[in-house]
Amino acid sequence: MRVYSSWTTAGSFTTRPPPRGGRMYAIRDALRAFQRAPVLTGLASAMVGFALFVVGLFALATYNLQLALSVIEDRVEIAVYLRDNARQSEIDLAQSELGDIPEVRTVRFISKRQALARAREELPEFSQLFRDLEVNPLPQSLEVELLPGERSRNVVEKISAAAMGYPFVEDARYGREWVDRLFALRRIGAATTVAMGSAFALVAVLIIGTALRIAIFARREEIYVMRLVGATSGFIRRPFLIEGAIAGLLGGGLAWLMTWATYRGVYAFLFEVAWIPPVWILAGLASGAVFGAFASTLAIGRHLREV
Amino acid sequence: MIKLTSVCKEYAKGGFALRDVSLHVKKGEFVFLTGHSGSGKSTTMRLAHMADHPTSGELRVTGYSSDRITRRALWKIRRRVGFVFQDFRLLPGRTALENISFVLEVTGTPRMNIVPRAQRLLTKVGLTPKAGALVHELSGGEQQRVSIARALANSPYVLLADEPTGNLDDRATDGVMDLFWDINANGMAVLMATHDLELVRRYPHARVLELDHGRLVYDSAAA
Repeated sequence: MRVYSSWTTAGSFTTRPPPRGGRMYAIRDALRAFQRAPVLTGLASAMVGFALFVVGLFALATYNLQLALSVIEDRVEIAVYLRDNARQSEIDLAQSELGDIPEVRTVRFISKRQALARAREELPEFSQLFRDLEVNPLPQSLEVELLPGERSRNVVEKISAAAMGYPFVEDARYGREWVDRLFALRRIGAATTVAMGSAFALVAVLIIGTALRIAIFARREEIYVMRLVGATSGFIRRPFLIEGAIAGLLGGGLAWLMTWATYRGVYAFLFEVAWIPPVWILAGLASGAVFGAFASTLAIGRHLREV
Repeated sequence: MIKLTSVCKEYAKGGFALRDVSLHVKKGEFVFLTGHSGSGKSTTMRLAHMADHPTSGELRVTGYSSDRITRRALWKIRRRVGFVFQDFRLLPGRTALENISFVLEVTGTPRMNIVPRAQRLLTKVGLTPKAGALVHELSGGEQQRVSIARALANSPYVLLADEPTGNLDDRATDGVMDLFWDINANGMAVLMATHDLELVRRYPHARVLELDHGRLVYDSAAA
């Protein structure tokens, strides 16, 4: 039986269990950290913000590059030229069969007359020539439009080959060189995105980690005392985790603002660009929070091992 | 309370901090741990709250063996062992009351009990009027009293003090020592490391252990 009544304020010999909830303490303490050292935590958030700003700029550039490529890609279609003696029933059958191929969005029939009208409209410099014609030299055709994401060289070649299988088809053209260049450009774009995106993300992680390590280092005495008096590791870690997530979130918000300001500047003074989709922004903010929490967890582990 | 059996502690870079040390601090004892600098006092104190583990031998603290306790479970020992430092290690920028409340808060004391309990602890160390003072505004002796109150916050079984009077003048030293004796008189074991033999001589009823080059060379209980 314990007798040090005048010194024990708990009045119990048993060790209190670790605080189970502790969540409210964690949130309170995380917010208090911002209150107690606003400059340090503000700097950490700013560093996270600048790191993610670089990622944001890269995202803006990548997104616009993707858009530009997809606009060009939309123009990839197959023109199937038909012989003049092709019967309408055969053409209808080919149009239907080609339309049933899963990668095909639509198949339009262009009659000789429509082809001439389009040529007159698109090539006004030859309007006189087109007007003087006694016989329409332009062939009737089927224009095959592909589904987005299905405009690769393989698909185009497969559908062209299928079209060439009909005896009344004169030729099937899709601009092989054009498609090859486009897809080479896409491959380069994808490789650049992966390589540079990974490099930027890695740099951002390192900067975020360093910023939060500095913030945690400033509170190492607190961690030491907590460990010394019997706070559990989870209890100690939690407020720092939340603090890291908040700093990351604030940094993400700052990066978003800076990227948006850059976008407005470019749009107003240089050229027209598109703003990145909301889901990318949400992903950026979430990654800021996750990086922040992760970096804090790593940084605090070292201090927890000290005592 | 604290039992070392044939404990050796080897430095990572080679050489021994402790060699085959066996000692037992029992319930309610007041023990001075003396020795020159580098004799192994601080290593013993670190082992006594399991901030470190012995290289060989057995260490038991308040019933827990160093062989079995995991890092995750260390908090159980830490709440049974209060620790007082030479340099106080109080949290700067906080008041005396906040330093104690902090400990109570992080060890799960219900919120409504924190401040009253912290105030009671400050009263016990004679610092009620200084509860609201920032720690850097307090004298060395007062800071050490806050540190002692903090160490008592978890109602520990044993109080460890590593050179607690090393930074204090004579008057403050007397005040702190009176406090330790008062705590001990109420039944709590106290293990105090000091190199101040003059101080040790003033308390002839205390048990004295002496370390020299990592070996236990004197134990007044055995003499």
